[in-house]
Amino acid sequence: MEKIFKRCPSLYDLPTHYCPGCGHGVAHRLVAEVVDALDIREKTIGVAPVGCAVVAYDYWNFDCSEAAHGRALAVATAIKRVRPQNIVFTYQGDGDLAAIGTNETIHAANRGENLSVIFINNAVYGMTGGQLAPTTLLGQKTSTSIEGREKRAHGFPLKISEMLALLPGVCYIERVSLESPIEVLKAKRAIKQAFENQINNLGFSLVEILSSCPTYWGLSPKESLDWIREVMQKEFPLGRIK
Amino acid sequence: MLKKKILISGNEAIAQGAIQAGCRFYAGYPITPQNELIAYMSKHMPKYGVFIQAESELAAINMVYGAAAAGERAMTSSSSPGISLKQEGISYIAGARLPAVIVNIMRGGPGLGNIAPAQSDYFQATRGGGHGDYHLIVLAPGSVQEAYDLTQISFDLADKYRIPVMILGDGILGQMMEPVQLSNKLIKASTYKKWALTGCQGRKPNIVKSFFLREGALEEANLKLQRNYEIIRKKEERFESLFLSDARVILVAYGTMARIAKSAISRLRNAGNKVGLIRPVSLWPFPQKPFNLKNKKVKYLVIEMSYGQMLEDVKLTVGDMRKVEFLGRSGGGVPNEEQIINKVNQLL
Repeated sequence: MEKIFKRCPSLYDLPTHYCPGCGHGVAHRLVAEVVDALDIREKTIGVAPVGCAVVAYDYWNFDCSEAAHGRALAVATAIKRVRPQNIVFTYQGDGDLAAIGTNETIHAANRGENLSVIFINNAVYGMTGGQLAPTTLLGQKTSTSIEGREKRAHGFPLKISEMLALLPGVCYIERVSLESPIEVLKAKRAIKQAFENQINNLGFSLVEILSSCPTYWGLSPKESLDWIREVMQKEFPLGRIK
Repeated sequence: MLKKKILISGNEAIAQGAIQAGCRFYAGYPITPQNELIAYMSKHMPKYGVFIQAESELAAINMVYGAAAAGERAMTSSSSPGISLKQEGISYIAGARLPAVIVNIMRGGPGLGNIAPAQSDYFQATRGGGHGDYHLIVLAPGSVQEAYDLTQISFDLADKYRIPVMILGDGILGQMMEPVQLSNKLIKASTYKKWALTGCQGRKPNIVKSFFLREGALEEANLKLQRNYEIIRKKEERFESLFLSDARVILVAYGTMARIAKSAISRLRNAGNKVGLIRPVSLWPFPQKPFNLKNKKVKYLVIEMSYGQMLEDVKLTVGDMRKVEFLGRSGGGVPNEEQIINKVNQLL
Protein backbone atom coordinates (compact mmCIF):
# COMPACT_ATOMS: atom_id res chain seq x y z
CA MET A 1 0.00 0.00 0.00
CA GLU A 2 1.32 3.46 -0.82
CA LYS A 3 2.16 5.60 2.17
CA ILE A 4 0.61 9.02 1.58
CA PHE A 5 1.18 10.62 5.00
CA LYS A 6 4.38 10.39 6.99
CA ARG A 7 6.60 12.28 9.35
CA CYS A 8 8.52 14.97 7.53
CA PRO A 9 12.37 14.84 7.54
CA SER A 10 12.67 18.21 9.30
CA LEU A 11 10.90 16.81 12.37
CA TYR A 12 12.51 14.21 14.65
CA ASP A 13 10.43 11.17 15.58
CA LEU A 14 9.99 12.17 19.21
CA PRO A 15 7.11 12.81 21.59
CA THR A 16 6.99 16.51 22.53
CA HIS A 17 6.92 17.85 26.08
CA TYR A 18 3.92 20.05 25.35
CA CYS A 19 0.63 19.76 27.30
CA PRO A 20 -2.33 17.92 25.72
CA GLY A 21 -4.11 20.27 23.33
CA CYS A 22 -1.22 22.76 23.08
CA GLY A 23 -0.75 24.35 19.66
CA HIS A 24 3.06 24.27 19.64
CA GLY A 25 3.29 20.70 18.33
CA VAL A 26 1.09 21.55 15.34
CA ALA A 27 2.98 24.81 14.69
CA HIS A 28 6.36 23.03 14.88
CA ARG A 29 5.13 20.50 12.36
CA LEU A 30 3.83 23.18 9.99
CA VAL A 31 7.23 24.89 10.02
CA ALA A 32 8.95 21.54 9.37
CA GLU A 33 6.58 20.69 6.52
CA VAL A 34 7.19 24.06 4.86
CA VAL A 35 10.98 23.71 5.24
CA ASP A 36 10.75 20.31 3.54
CA ALA A 37 8.30 21.47 0.86
CA LEU A 38 10.74 24.23 -0.11
CA ASP A 39 13.69 21.83 0.17
CA ILE A 40 15.67 24.21 2.40
CA ARG A 41 16.34 22.00 5.45
CA GLU A 42 20.10 22.02 4.90
CA LYS A 43 20.31 25.80 4.77
CA THR A 44 17.71 26.68 7.37
CA ILE A 45 18.71 28.23 10.70
CA GLY A 46 15.97 28.54 13.31
CA VAL A 47 16.05 30.81 16.34
CA ALA A 48 14.15 29.44 19.33
CA PRO A 49 12.65 31.73 21.97
CA VAL A 50 12.54 31.68 25.74
CA GLY A 51 9.19 30.23 26.69
CA CYS A 52 7.52 26.84 26.26
CA ALA A 53 9.13 26.44 22.83
CA VAL A 54 12.71 27.02 24.05
CA VAL A 55 13.63 23.43 23.17
CA ALA A 56 12.04 23.54 19.70
CA TYR A 57 15.52 22.54 18.47
CA ASP A 58 15.01 19.16 20.15
CA TYR A 59 12.23 18.51 17.61
CA TRP A 60 13.53 20.22 14.46
CA ASN A 61 16.13 18.50 12.36
CA PHE A 62 18.10 21.57 11.24
CA ASP A 63 20.54 24.12 12.71
CA CYS A 64 19.11 26.22 15.55
CA SER A 65 20.15 28.83 18.05
CA GLU A 66 18.61 29.79 21.33
CA ALA A 67 18.14 33.48 22.00
CA ALA A 68 17.73 35.33 25.28
CA HIS A 69 14.14 36.25 26.14
CA GLY A 70 12.91 38.76 23.56
CA ARG A 71 16.17 38.94 21.61
CA ALA A 72 15.45 36.38 18.89
CA LEU A 73 15.16 39.03 16.17
CA ALA A 74 18.47 40.66 17.13
CA VAL A 75 20.15 37.24 16.97
CA ALA A 76 18.40 36.37 13.69
CA THR A 77 19.28 39.75 12.17
CA ALA A 78 22.99 39.08 12.63
CA ILE A 79 22.82 35.46 11.44
CA LYS A 80 21.04 36.49 8.24
CA ARG A 81 23.33 39.47 7.63
CA VAL A 82 26.50 37.39 7.87
CA ARG A 83 24.96 34.36 6.11
CA PRO A 84 22.52 35.79 3.55
CA GLN A 85 22.58 32.50 1.64
CA ASN A 86 20.87 30.75 4.58
CA ILE A 87 17.16 30.82 5.42
CA VAL A 88 16.70 32.25 8.91
CA PHE A 89 13.50 32.32 10.94
CA THR A 90 12.47 33.05 14.51
CA TYR A 91 9.77 31.25 16.45
CA GLN A 92 8.51 33.42 19.29
CA GLY A 93 5.66 33.63 21.76
CA ASP A 94 3.61 36.69 22.65
CA GLY A 95 5.61 37.55 25.78
CA ASP A 96 8.87 37.16 23.90
CA LEU A 97 7.92 39.08 20.75
CA ALA A 98 5.43 41.64 22.05
CA ALA A 99 6.55 42.43 25.63
CA ILE A 100 10.21 41.95 26.52
CA GLY A 101 11.30 41.92 22.86
CA THR A 102 9.08 44.69 21.48
CA ASN A 103 12.08 46.88 20.74
CA GLU A 104 13.99 44.17 18.85
CA THR A 105 10.79 43.23 16.98
CA ILE A 106 9.94 46.75 15.84
CA HIS A 107 13.47 47.63 14.78
CA ALA A 108 14.16 44.38 12.91
CA ALA A 109 10.88 44.95 11.07
CA ASN A 110 11.68 48.60 10.46
CA ARG A 111 15.07 47.74 8.99
CA GLY A 112 13.23 45.37 6.71
CA GLU A 113 15.45 42.46 7.72
CA ASN A 114 14.96 39.61 5.26
CA LEU A 115 13.61 37.20 7.89
CA SER A 116 10.56 35.03 8.53
CA VAL A 117 8.88 35.29 11.92
CA ILE A 118 6.55 32.68 13.37
CA PHE A 119 4.65 34.41 16.16
CA ILE A 120 2.66 32.16 18.50
CA ASN A 121 -0.11 34.12 20.21
CA ASN A 122 -1.80 32.14 22.98
CA ALA A 123 -2.68 35.17 25.10
CA VAL A 124 -0.79 33.92 28.13
CA TYR A 125 2.70 33.17 29.51
CA GLY A 126 2.72 29.38 29.41
CA MET A 127 6.14 28.34 30.65
CA THR A 128 6.09 30.42 33.82
CA GLY A 129 2.61 29.48 34.98
CA GLY A 130 -0.04 31.37 33.05
CA GLN A 131 0.62 35.04 33.75
CA LEU A 132 -0.87 38.06 31.97
CA ALA A 133 0.60 38.46 28.49
CA PRO A 134 0.57 41.56 26.28
CA THR A 135 -2.07 39.77 24.18
CA THR A 136 -4.28 38.60 27.09
CA LEU A 137 -7.90 39.51 26.34
CA LEU A 138 -9.86 41.99 28.47
CA GLY A 139 -11.57 40.00 31.21
CA GLN A 140 -9.32 36.97 30.72
CA LYS A 141 -8.21 35.50 34.04
CA THR A 142 -4.53 34.75 34.50
CA SER A 143 -2.34 34.06 37.53
CA THR A 144 -1.36 37.76 37.63
CA SER A 145 -4.82 39.11 36.75
CA ILE A 146 -7.01 36.84 38.85
CA GLU A 147 -10.11 39.01 38.42
CA GLY A 148 -9.51 39.17 34.68
CA ARG A 149 -7.55 41.68 32.57
CA GLU A 150 -8.83 45.14 33.39
CA LYS A 151 -8.00 47.95 30.98
CA ARG A 152 -7.12 50.58 33.58
CA ALA A 153 -4.77 48.29 35.49
CA HIS A 154 -3.28 46.25 32.64
CA GLY A 155 -3.95 48.11 29.41
CA PHE A 156 -5.41 46.54 26.30
CA PRO A 157 -4.48 43.43 24.31
CA LEU A 158 -1.55 44.53 22.15
CA LYS A 159 -2.07 44.19 18.42
CA ILE A 160 1.57 44.03 17.49
CA SER A 161 0.88 42.66 14.00
CA GLU A 162 -1.27 45.67 13.09
CA MET A 163 1.41 47.97 14.54
CA LEU A 164 4.16 46.32 12.49
CA ALA A 165 2.05 46.54 9.33
CA LEU A 166 2.53 50.34 9.44
CA LEU A 167 6.28 49.99 8.85
CA PRO A 168 7.56 50.35 5.29
CA GLY A 169 10.23 47.67 5.86
CA VAL A 170 7.57 45.01 6.41
CA CYS A 171 6.56 42.99 3.38
CA TYR A 172 4.00 40.51 4.66
CA ILE A 173 1.89 39.98 7.78
CA GLU A 174 -0.93 37.49 8.17
CA ARG A 175 -2.87 36.28 11.19
CA VAL A 176 -3.94 32.65 11.15
CA SER A 177 -5.37 30.20 13.68
CA LEU A 178 -5.04 26.55 14.63
CA GLU A 179 -8.69 26.11 15.71
CA SER A 180 -9.72 23.70 12.93
CA PRO A 181 -8.16 21.58 10.18
CA ILE A 182 -9.06 24.13 7.51
CA GLU A 183 -7.42 26.93 9.50
CA VAL A 184 -4.35 24.76 10.06
CA LEU A 185 -4.03 24.37 6.30
CA LYS A 186 -4.35 28.13 5.86
CA ALA A 187 -1.69 28.60 8.55
CA LYS A 188 0.66 26.37 6.60
CA ARG A 189 0.07 28.40 3.44
CA ALA A 190 0.90 31.60 5.33
CA ILE A 191 4.09 30.11 6.79
CA LYS A 192 5.12 28.99 3.32
CA GLN A 193 4.50 32.50 2.02
CA ALA A 194 6.70 33.95 4.75
CA PHE A 195 9.57 31.60 3.82
CA GLU A 196 9.12 32.17 0.09
CA ASN A 197 9.29 35.92 0.66
CA GLN A 198 12.68 35.46 2.28
CA ILE A 199 13.88 33.21 -0.54
CA ASN A 200 12.83 35.99 -2.93
CA ASN A 201 14.59 38.66 -0.80
CA LEU A 202 11.37 40.58 -0.16
CA GLY A 203 12.06 41.58 3.44
CA PHE A 204 10.37 41.09 6.78
CA SER A 205 7.50 38.60 6.96
CA LEU A 206 5.51 37.63 10.03
CA VAL A 207 2.80 35.04 10.59
CA GLU A 208 0.81 35.44 13.80
CA ILE A 209 -0.67 32.11 14.84
CA LEU A 210 -3.55 32.03 17.34
CA SER A 211 -2.75 28.92 19.33
CA SER A 212 -4.33 27.18 22.30
CA CYS A 213 -3.06 26.85 25.86
CA PRO A 214 -5.67 24.60 27.55
CA THR A 215 -3.62 24.33 30.75
CA TYR A 216 -3.60 28.05 31.50
CA TRP A 217 -6.92 28.85 29.92
CA GLY A 218 -8.53 26.33 32.30
CA LEU A 219 -10.31 24.67 29.36
CA SER A 220 -10.28 21.26 27.75
CA PRO A 221 -8.43 20.95 24.40
CA LYS A 222 -11.77 20.96 22.53
CA GLU A 223 -13.09 23.94 24.51
CA SER A 224 -9.84 25.76 23.81
CA LEU A 225 -10.32 25.47 20.07
CA ASP A 226 -13.88 26.76 20.48
CA TRP A 227 -12.55 29.66 22.55
CA ILE A 228 -10.05 30.62 19.85
CA ARG A 229 -12.86 30.66 17.27
CA GLU A 230 -15.59 32.29 19.35
CA VAL A 231 -13.64 34.71 21.56
CA MET A 232 -10.03 35.20 20.58
CA GLN A 233 -10.63 35.67 16.85
CA LYS A 234 -13.05 38.52 17.63
CA GLU A 235 -10.22 40.47 19.25
CA PHE A 236 -7.60 39.23 16.79
CA PRO A 237 -9.34 38.89 13.41
CA LEU A 238 -7.81 36.44 10.96
CA GLY A 239 -6.52 37.29 7.53
CA ARG A 240 -3.87 39.18 5.64
CA ILE A 241 -2.89 42.33 7.52
CA LYS A 242 -0.25 43.42 5.00
CA MET B 1 47.56 47.58 3.88
CA LEU B 2 50.72 49.68 4.09
CA LYS B 3 53.12 49.20 6.92
CA LYS B 4 53.24 52.68 8.39
CA LYS B 5 52.84 54.75 11.49
CA ILE B 6 49.66 56.77 11.77
CA LEU B 7 48.31 59.16 14.39
CA ILE B 8 45.08 57.68 15.66
CA SER B 9 42.89 57.60 18.80
CA GLY B 10 42.58 54.54 21.00
CA ASN B 11 38.98 54.03 19.94
CA GLU B 12 39.94 54.11 16.26
CA ALA B 13 42.97 51.87 16.85
CA ILE B 14 40.73 49.23 18.42
CA ALA B 15 38.37 49.38 15.44
CA GLN B 16 41.24 49.18 12.95
CA GLY B 17 42.82 46.31 14.88
CA ALA B 18 39.51 44.44 14.85
CA ILE B 19 39.06 44.82 11.10
CA GLN B 20 42.60 43.55 10.44
CA ALA B 21 41.97 40.65 12.84
CA GLY B 22 39.11 39.47 10.66
CA CYS B 23 36.19 40.98 12.57
CA ARG B 24 33.36 40.84 10.04
CA PHE B 25 30.44 41.92 12.17
CA TYR B 26 30.13 44.96 14.39
CA ALA B 27 27.01 46.22 16.17
CA GLY B 28 27.02 49.14 18.56
CA TYR B 29 25.01 51.93 20.10
CA PRO B 30 26.32 55.46 20.67
CA ILE B 31 27.71 56.37 24.08
CA THR B 32 30.53 58.70 25.14
CA PRO B 33 33.53 58.23 25.38
CA GLN B 34 33.65 55.46 22.72
CA ASN B 35 31.83 57.18 19.84
CA GLU B 36 34.94 57.34 17.62
CA LEU B 37 34.92 53.54 17.56
CA ILE B 38 31.39 53.13 16.23
CA ALA B 39 31.97 55.98 13.75
CA TYR B 40 35.17 54.33 12.48
CA MET B 41 33.35 51.02 12.13
CA SER B 42 30.46 52.61 10.23
CA LYS B 43 32.95 54.09 7.78
CA HIS B 44 35.28 51.13 7.29
CA MET B 45 33.46 47.92 8.21
CA PRO B 46 31.10 47.86 5.20
CA LYS B 47 34.13 47.21 2.95
CA TYR B 48 34.82 43.98 4.85
CA GLY B 49 31.62 42.86 6.57
CA VAL B 50 28.49 44.02 8.35
CA PHE B 51 28.00 47.19 10.40
CA ILE B 52 24.75 47.74 12.28
CA GLN B 53 23.87 50.65 14.54
CA ALA B 54 21.57 48.73 16.85
CA GLU B 55 18.43 50.02 18.56
CA SER B 56 19.93 49.36 21.99
CA GLU B 57 22.91 47.82 23.76
CA LEU B 58 20.77 44.75 24.36
CA ALA B 59 20.15 44.36 20.65
CA ALA B 60 23.82 45.04 19.83
CA ILE B 61 25.20 42.33 22.11
CA ASN B 62 22.55 39.85 20.97
CA MET B 63 23.46 40.60 17.36
CA VAL B 64 27.05 39.80 18.27
CA TYR B 65 25.75 36.53 19.77
CA GLY B 66 24.01 35.76 16.46
CA ALA B 67 26.99 36.61 14.26
CA ALA B 68 29.30 34.58 16.51
CA ALA B 69 26.85 31.65 16.44
CA ALA B 70 27.01 31.81 12.64
CA GLY B 71 30.80 31.51 12.84
CA GLU B 72 31.96 35.07 12.14
CA ARG B 73 34.36 37.12 14.20
CA ALA B 74 32.13 39.68 15.88
CA MET B 75 32.55 42.68 18.16
CA THR B 76 30.61 45.34 20.01
CA SER B 77 31.78 48.33 22.02
CA SER B 78 30.33 50.63 24.61
CA SER B 79 31.07 52.49 27.81
CA SER B 80 30.13 51.64 31.39
CA PRO B 81 26.32 52.18 31.51
CA GLY B 82 26.02 50.51 28.11
CA ILE B 83 28.17 47.59 29.26
CA SER B 84 25.77 47.05 32.17
CA LEU B 85 23.00 46.65 29.58
CA LYS B 86 25.10 44.18 27.63
CA GLN B 87 25.62 41.89 30.61
CA GLU B 88 22.56 39.78 29.73
CA GLY B 89 24.00 38.95 26.32
CA ILE B 90 27.54 38.47 27.64
CA SER B 91 26.27 35.83 30.07
CA TYR B 92 24.49 34.02 27.21
CA ILE B 93 27.62 34.25 25.03
CA ALA B 94 29.68 32.74 27.86
CA GLY B 95 27.06 30.03 28.48
CA ALA B 96 26.78 29.13 24.79
CA ARG B 97 30.61 29.03 24.46
CA LEU B 98 30.70 31.63 21.71
CA PRO B 99 33.78 33.68 20.82
CA ALA B 100 33.20 37.44 20.81
CA VAL B 101 35.02 40.66 21.61
CA ILE B 102 33.46 43.35 23.79
CA VAL B 103 35.10 46.74 24.27
CA ASN B 104 34.44 48.80 27.40
CA ILE B 105 35.87 52.33 27.33
CA MET B 106 35.07 53.09 30.96
CA ARG B 107 33.53 56.29 32.28
CA GLY B 108 32.44 57.38 35.74
CA GLY B 109 29.64 55.61 37.58
CA PRO B 110 27.48 54.44 39.27
CA GLY B 111 24.31 55.27 37.37
CA LEU B 112 24.70 57.73 34.56
CA GLY B 113 27.85 58.94 36.34
CA ASN B 114 29.74 61.26 34.06
CA ILE B 115 31.80 61.04 30.90
CA ALA B 116 35.19 61.37 32.58
CA PRO B 117 37.63 58.46 32.40
CA ALA B 118 37.45 55.88 35.18
CA GLN B 119 38.38 52.31 36.04
CA SER B 120 35.35 51.53 38.17
CA ASP B 121 34.09 48.58 36.13
CA TYR B 122 36.97 46.34 37.20
CA PHE B 123 34.82 44.14 39.42
CA GLN B 124 32.11 43.85 36.74
CA ALA B 125 34.68 42.88 34.09
CA THR B 126 36.79 40.45 36.10
CA ARG B 127 34.00 38.72 38.02
CA GLY B 128 31.90 37.81 34.99
CA GLY B 129 29.49 40.73 35.19
CA GLY B 130 26.20 38.99 34.46
CA HIS B 131 24.42 36.04 36.06
CA GLY B 132 26.04 32.64 36.39
CA ASP B 133 29.50 31.18 37.05
CA TYR B 134 31.60 32.47 34.19
CA HIS B 135 34.56 34.61 33.28
CA LEU B 136 35.70 36.73 30.38
CA ILE B 137 39.30 37.13 29.39
CA VAL B 138 39.90 40.80 30.22
CA LEU B 139 42.75 42.71 28.56
CA ALA B 140 43.72 46.24 29.61
CA PRO B 141 45.84 48.16 27.11
CA GLY B 142 48.10 50.94 28.39
CA SER B 143 48.70 52.75 25.10
CA VAL B 144 47.03 53.28 21.75
CA GLN B 145 49.55 50.91 20.15
CA GLU B 146 48.76 48.25 22.72
CA ALA B 147 45.02 48.79 22.22
CA TYR B 148 45.56 48.05 18.53
CA ASP B 149 47.74 44.99 19.21
CA LEU B 150 45.63 43.50 22.01
CA THR B 151 42.43 43.83 20.00
CA GLN B 152 43.93 41.56 17.37
CA ILE B 153 45.12 39.08 19.99
CA SER B 154 41.69 39.12 21.64
CA PHE B 155 40.01 37.67 18.54
CA ASP B 156 42.49 34.78 18.49
CA LEU B 157 41.96 34.12 22.20
CA ALA B 158 38.17 34.27 21.79
CA ASP B 159 38.30 31.66 19.02
CA LYS B 160 40.90 29.48 20.72
CA TYR B 161 39.00 29.19 24.00
CA ARG B 162 35.44 29.86 22.73
CA ILE B 163 35.09 32.65 25.27
CA PRO B 164 34.06 36.31 25.27
CA VAL B 165 37.06 38.63 25.56
CA MET B 166 36.78 42.15 26.92
CA ILE B 167 39.09 45.03 26.05
CA LEU B 168 38.94 47.24 29.13
CA GLY B 169 40.15 50.79 28.60
CA ASP B 170 39.19 54.17 29.97
CA GLY B 171 38.08 57.42 28.38
CA ILE B 172 41.63 58.78 28.23
CA LEU B 173 42.91 55.74 26.32
CA GLY B 174 39.86 55.80 24.04
CA GLN B 175 40.18 59.42 23.02
CA MET B 176 43.91 60.07 23.27
CA MET B 177 45.77 60.10 19.92
CA GLU B 178 49.17 58.44 19.58
CA PRO B 179 51.29 57.17 16.70
CA VAL B 180 50.56 53.52 15.96
CA GLN B 181 52.63 51.14 13.88
CA LEU B 182 50.12 49.29 11.73
CA SER B 183 50.83 45.70 10.83
CA ASN B 184 50.42 44.21 7.36
CA LYS B 185 48.16 41.49 8.69
CA LEU B 186 44.69 41.33 7.24
CA ILE B 187 42.66 38.23 7.97
CA LYS B 188 40.08 37.89 5.24
CA ALA B 189 38.16 34.69 5.90
CA SER B 190 36.87 33.36 9.19
CA THR B 191 38.32 30.07 10.34
CA TYR B 192 36.16 26.96 10.08
CA LYS B 193 34.19 26.30 13.24
CA LYS B 194 32.60 22.90 13.38
CA TRP B 195 29.98 23.99 15.92
CA ALA B 196 28.82 27.08 13.98
CA LEU B 197 25.37 27.50 12.47
CA THR B 198 25.86 27.35 8.73
CA GLY B 199 23.01 25.06 7.65
CA CYS B 200 23.25 21.31 8.25
CA GLN B 201 24.32 20.27 4.75
CA GLY B 202 26.35 17.06 5.03
CA ARG B 203 26.25 16.91 8.80
CA LYS B 204 23.96 16.63 11.81
CA PRO B 205 22.30 19.86 12.96
CA ASN B 206 24.30 22.19 15.22
CA ILE B 207 22.58 23.78 18.21
CA VAL B 208 23.87 26.92 19.96
CA LYS B 209 22.40 27.08 23.45
CA SER B 210 22.98 27.76 27.12
CA PHE B 211 19.89 25.96 28.47
CA PHE B 212 20.52 22.61 30.18
CA LEU B 213 17.37 21.41 31.89
CA ARG B 214 18.13 17.73 32.44
CA GLU B 215 19.32 16.93 35.95
CA GLY B 216 23.09 17.22 36.14
CA ALA B 217 23.47 18.62 32.62
CA LEU B 218 24.09 22.22 33.66
CA GLU B 219 26.64 21.21 36.28
CA GLU B 220 28.42 19.20 33.61
CA ALA B 221 28.40 22.19 31.24
CA ASN B 222 29.62 24.53 33.99
CA LEU B 223 32.46 22.17 34.89
CA LYS B 224 33.53 22.28 31.25
CA LEU B 225 33.68 26.06 31.53
CA GLN B 226 35.71 25.77 34.73
CA ARG B 227 38.23 23.43 33.09
CA ASN B 228 38.57 25.92 30.24
CA TYR B 229 39.18 28.72 32.77
CA GLU B 230 41.84 26.63 34.51
CA ILE B 231 43.79 26.31 31.24
CA ILE B 232 43.41 30.03 30.57
CA ARG B 233 44.64 30.86 34.08
CA LYS B 234 47.78 28.81 33.43
CA LYS B 235 48.51 29.99 29.91
CA GLU B 236 47.19 33.48 29.36
CA GLU B 237 48.65 35.70 32.09
CA ARG B 238 49.93 38.95 30.61
CA PHE B 239 51.79 41.70 32.42
CA GLU B 240 54.60 44.22 32.23
CA SER B 241 57.05 44.67 35.09
CA LEU B 242 59.80 47.20 35.83
CA PHE B 243 62.63 47.18 38.41
CA LEU B 244 61.26 44.25 40.42
CA SER B 245 64.73 42.97 41.32
CA ASP B 246 65.69 45.89 43.56
CA ALA B 247 62.30 47.45 44.34
CA ARG B 248 61.34 48.13 47.94
CA VAL B 249 57.99 49.54 46.89
CA ILE B 250 56.13 48.16 43.90
CA LEU B 251 53.37 50.16 42.28
CA VAL B 252 50.54 48.06 40.83
CA ALA B 253 48.44 49.82 38.22
CA TYR B 254 46.87 49.09 34.84
CA GLY B 255 45.87 51.01 31.74
CA THR B 256 46.16 54.79 31.82
CA MET B 257 46.88 54.67 35.55
CA ALA B 258 50.04 52.67 34.89
CA ARG B 259 51.37 55.41 32.61
CA ILE B 260 51.05 57.99 35.34
CA ALA B 261 52.66 55.51 37.73
CA LYS B 262 55.59 55.11 35.29
CA SER B 263 56.18 58.88 35.24
CA ALA B 264 56.16 58.90 39.04
CA ILE B 265 58.58 55.95 39.13
CA SER B 266 61.00 57.66 36.81
CA ARG B 267 61.08 60.75 39.06
CA LEU B 268 61.39 58.62 42.19
CA ARG B 269 64.24 56.53 40.79
CA ASN B 270 66.07 59.65 39.60
CA ALA B 271 65.97 60.69 43.25
CA GLY B 272 67.51 57.32 44.21
CA ASN B 273 64.37 55.55 45.44
CA LYS B 274 63.99 51.86 44.69
CA VAL B 275 60.52 51.72 43.22
CA GLY B 276 59.16 49.19 40.72
CA LEU B 277 56.01 48.52 38.75
CA ILE B 278 53.70 45.63 38.02
CA ARG B 279 51.25 46.43 35.25
CA PRO B 280 48.68 43.67 34.81
CA VAL B 281 47.69 43.50 31.14
CA SER B 282 45.35 40.55 31.58
CA LEU B 283 43.04 41.53 34.44
CA TRP B 284 41.42 38.11 34.17
CA PRO B 285 43.32 35.91 34.51
CA PHE B 286 45.01 38.16 37.07
CA PRO B 287 48.80 37.72 36.73
CA GLN B 288 50.32 35.67 39.56
CA LYS B 289 53.93 35.30 38.37
CA PRO B 290 55.24 38.86 38.89
CA PHE B 291 54.13 38.83 42.54
CA ASN B 292 56.24 35.76 43.30
CA LEU B 293 59.26 37.72 44.62
CA LYS B 294 62.19 36.71 46.81
CA ASN B 295 62.18 39.97 48.73
CA LYS B 296 59.60 39.28 51.43
CA LYS B 297 59.74 42.84 52.78
CA VAL B 298 58.56 44.47 49.59
CA LYS B 299 55.55 46.76 49.93
CA TYR B 300 52.88 47.11 47.29
CA LEU B 301 51.01 50.27 46.41
CA VAL B 302 47.92 49.66 44.30
CA ILE B 303 46.82 52.72 42.32
CA GLU B 304 43.46 52.89 40.59
CA MET B 305 40.96 55.26 39.06
CA SER B 306 38.46 53.49 41.33
CA TYR B 307 38.13 52.82 45.04
CA GLY B 308 39.92 49.57 45.69
CA GLN B 309 38.79 47.03 43.13
CA MET B 310 42.02 45.60 41.69
CA LEU B 311 43.29 45.99 45.26
CA GLU B 312 41.32 42.84 46.14
CA ASP B 313 43.08 40.79 43.47
CA VAL B 314 46.49 42.01 44.62
CA LYS B 315 45.63 41.06 48.22
CA LEU B 316 44.35 37.65 47.10
CA THR B 317 47.58 37.13 45.16
CA VAL B 318 50.16 38.22 47.76
CA GLY B 319 48.31 37.00 50.87
CA ASP B 320 48.22 38.44 54.36
CA MET B 321 51.98 38.53 54.97
CA ARG B 322 52.67 41.43 52.60
CA LYS B 323 51.93 45.07 53.12
CA VAL B 324 49.48 46.32 50.48
CA GLU B 325 48.65 50.04 50.44
CA PHE B 326 46.13 51.80 48.26
CA LEU B 327 45.74 55.08 46.42
CA GLY B 328 42.64 55.66 44.36
CA ARG B 329 40.33 58.34 43.03
CA SER B 330 37.18 58.02 41.00
CA GLY B 331 34.28 59.99 39.55
CA GLY B 332 36.58 61.91 37.24
CA GLY B 333 39.49 62.21 39.66
CA VAL B 334 42.79 60.69 38.57
CA PRO B 335 45.68 60.16 41.03
CA ASN B 336 48.51 62.39 39.82
CA GLU B 337 52.31 62.03 40.00
CA GLU B 338 52.63 64.18 43.13
CA GLN B 339 50.03 62.16 45.00
CA ILE B 340 51.79 58.93 44.02
CA ILE B 341 55.24 60.26 44.99
CA ASN B 342 53.96 61.49 48.37
CA LYS B 343 52.37 58.13 49.08
CA VAL B 344 55.52 56.23 48.08
CA ASN B 345 57.69 58.47 50.25
CA GLN B 346 55.50 57.57 53.23
CA LEU B 347 56.13 53.89 52.52
CA LEU B 348 59.89 54.03 51.86
